[in-house]
Amino acid sequence: MKMNGAQILMKALKDEGVETIFGYPGGAVIDIYDELVKTDIRHVLVRHEQAAVHAADGYARAKGRVGVSLVTSGPGATNTVTGIASAYMDSIPLVVITGQVPKTLIGNDAFQEVDIVGITRPCTKHNYLVQSAESLAGIIKEAFHIARSGRPGPVLVDIPKDVVKAVIDYKAPGKVKMRTYNPTYNPNRRQLQKVIKLVEEAERPVIFAGGGIILSEASKALTEFSRKAQIPVTGSLMGLGGFPGSDPLWLGMLGMHGTYRANMSTSACDLLIGIGVRFDDRVTGRTDAFAAQSKIVHIDIDPTSIRKNIPVTIPVVGDCKNSLDMLNEMLGDADLGDLFERRKPWFDQIDEWKRAGRLDYEQKEIIKPQFVVEKLYEMTEGKAIITTEVGQNQMWAAQYYHFDRPGHFITSGGLGCMGFGLPAAIGAQMACPDKLVVDIAGDGSIQMNIQEMATAVQCCLPVKVVILNNGYLGMVRQWQELFYDKRYACTCMEHAPDFVKLAEAYGGVGLRATKPEEVETVLKQGLFNHNDRPVIMDFAVDKEECVYPMVPAGAPITEMLLV
Amino acid sequence: MQEEKHVLSILVDNQPGVLSRISGLFSGRGYNIESLCVAETTETGVSRITIVTQANTPLVEQIKKQLNKLINVLKVFELTGSPYVQREMALIKVSAKPESRAEILRIVDIFRCKVVDVSLDHYTIEVTGDDGKMNAILKMMAPHGIKEIARTGMIALFREPK
Repeated sequence: MKMNGAQILMKALKDEGVETIFGYPGGAVIDIYDELVKTDIRHVLVRHEQAAVHAADGYARAKGRVGVSLVTSGPGATNTVTGIASAYMDSIPLVVITGQVPKTLIGNDAFQEVDIVGITRPCTKHNYLVQSAESLAGIIKEAFHIARSGRPGPVLVDIPKDVVKAVIDYKAPGKVKMRTYNPTYNPNRRQLQKVIKLVEEAERPVIFAGGGIILSEASKALTEFSRKAQIPVTGSLMGLGGFPGSDPLWLGMLGMHGTYRANMSTSACDLLIGIGVRFDDRVTGRTDAFAAQSKIVHIDIDPTSIRKNIPVTIPVVGDCKNSLDMLNEMLGDADLGDLFERRKPWFDQIDEWKRAGRLDYEQKEIIKPQFVVEKLYEMTEGKAIITTEVGQNQMWAAQYYHFDRPGHFITSGGLGCMGFGLPAAIGAQMACPDKLVVDIAGDGSIQMNIQEMATAVQCCLPVKVVILNNGYLGMVRQWQELFYDKRYACTCMEHAPDFVKLAEAYGGVGLRATKPEEVETVLKQGLFNHNDRPVIMDFAVDKEECVYPMVPAGAPITEMLLV
Repeated sequence: MQEEKHVLSILVDNQPGVLSRISGLFSGRGYNIESLCVAETTETGVSRITIVTQANTPLVEQIKKQLNKLINVLKVFELTGSPYVQREMALIKVSAKPESRAEILRIVDIFRCKVVDVSLDHYTIEVTGDDGKMNAILKMMAPHGIKEIARTGMIALFREPK
C-alpha cells in the first residue's frame, strides 16, 4: 500500500496503542499534524514545548503507559530538553517526536535547524535520526520498546521533513529484535537465596524502596514481603506511594528532608535492602557514614545503579517485581521461627525515634504551608493524584500527604525541575479524567509554566493548583537563612501577579485564603465546586517557614536539624 | 584507591553517532580517555573500539556497565588482567642533520622501524610496537629533535589459549 511518512507515523503510533499526544505544531511537522487530525488520537495543544514533555511525563506516570510528545524542529526541539532530562532522571517512558529540516538541508544551518539528536544524546535512553521513510515504522516500534522496557526512559525520534513527505510502499515492521539490548528481568536465584539468609539473620533490617517499585508495579509484592519478613520500609521521594503511607511498617521518607525515624533506623540497621533505588546524594548524605554498620542488598534492573554510589554486599540485577515475587515465594519456605519476637526490640527502638522526632508545626495566626497540605490530605481522603513543583512545596507535599497508592505522587525527583507540576497535572488529568488532580505549587515555580492554564482551560481540564505563596524562592531562601547568615540574595519575589485575577484572565477560577480559618473553605470550594475548568487556590502562607527535618548537604543523615 | 591503566575493547553497531555516544559518555561522566581507536571489523555493521583509560577498580566496573547500557554497544571486554597482545603505530618526523643521519638509521635498525619519507634534513619513521617500545624509541629520537609525531593509540586483542 502506498503511504507517505506522516501516514506511516500515525499508523505506527496507533499500532502502539497511543491515545493522546501532547504537542505544538510548527513548519517541520505541518504534514504530521495534517495526518494527526484525521485519526482519533487526542492532541493536547500546550503553550510551550517544555510543558508538552512534562505533560506526557505526568500522563505516563498516572496511566502506566508510554507518554508521547510531538514538536517541531529547532526551538520546538530545544524547548523539550528540560522535560526530557527530567524524565530521564526519573526513568519515565516517553517517546518524543521532533520535526527536522529536510535531509538535504541538514548541516547547512537551515532555518529552525538544530542537532537535537546530538543535544539529547546524554539525556535520552536512546535517540534516532530517521534517514528514510522505509525505516520509520520500525524505528517507532523500537523506540516504544526501548522506552518502556528494562529501566524505562525517554526516547527521541527526529524526523526530517522529506521523510515525512516521501511516499513509499508501506511494509509492516516485524518483531523488535535487538541483539545489543536485552534487559535482565529475572534475578539470579542464588543471589536471592543469600538475601533470604540475611533476612533470617538480621536483627535490625530496613527496606529502602524507590521509584523502581512503582515503575515495575511491585507495590503489592513489596507490601507482602515487608509484612511477611517483618521489615519496616522507608522510601525515596520517587518511591512514595510504592508502600502504603498509612501502614504501621512505614517509616516515612529517607534523606535530606526525611523523617527522624527513617534516617535514624537506616543509620542503625544491620541489613538495608534497597529495591528500585539509586542511592542518590539527597538520600545518602555523606556516603561513608550511610548505613555504615549495615550489610546492603541492592536490587535494581539497571546494573549501573548498583555500586555507583555506595558499596553493596549482595547485588541483584533484576526487575523489582520479579525479584520480590521470588523472594516472597522463597520466604514461604524459610524458617522464620520467632521472627516477631526477635524484631520486637528493633520496633520498640523505632517507636522511640518516632516519638522523639515527629513531623510537626504549630498553626497560629498565619497560615502554615504544612497545614494546607494536611487539610488537602484530609479533604481528598488521600485519594488525589498530587503533582508538585520543586522546592519547599514539593517537600511539604512529600511529608504531609501520606501516599497510600502508587502512581499518585508525580514529581520531578532527580532533575528537580521547577515548572513541572502544572503541565504534569494536565497530563495526569488526561490519563485519569475521573480523578482529582492537584498541583501543589510555590509562587516561584508555578510562574515557570503558568501559561499552561490556557491549555487546561482549552481542554476543560479541572486541575487544581494549590499555591503555597510565601513570596520567596523558599527552598533557596531556607538555605540562605540556615547556611548564609540570612543573606537573601535574589530570592525575594517582590512582584508577583495576582494569581486570582490571573486564573480568571485565563478563563479558570481563582480563590484566595489569607487566614487559617479560610483554608478549609477555599479548599472545599476549589476542589469540589468546579469540574470543567482549572482552579488556582492562592494561600498566603508564613513567609519564612522552613522544611524540617533537614540534613545539611554532604552531612551524615543522622545530623538532622529538627524544627 | 589506586588508579591503573585499563584496556577496554568494545564491539559496537557501526552507525552514525555511535562514537559520539561513547566519547560523550566518557566526557559527561568525567571518565578519562588516554587513547581511543576505532575501525570496522570483518563482520558487516560491527566496529571495534579500543579505549585505554585510567581508573580505579570500582570506577572501571562502572565504566564497563555504563558502556554496556548504551543501546548500540554489543559487547565490552576488559583486556587488562588477562593475556593480550597490544600494538600501536606511530609516524615520527625527526630532524636529520648530516652528522646524525647515520646514528638515526642505526636506531631505526635496532628498533626494526622503517623510514617512509626522507629529505635533506629529515626522516619520517614508521614504528610499530607496544607501550614500552614507543617510549624507548621516542627517548632515543628526542636528542635529534622530533619535528612532528602522529600516533594511532593502542589496539589490542586477547591471546588465544596455547
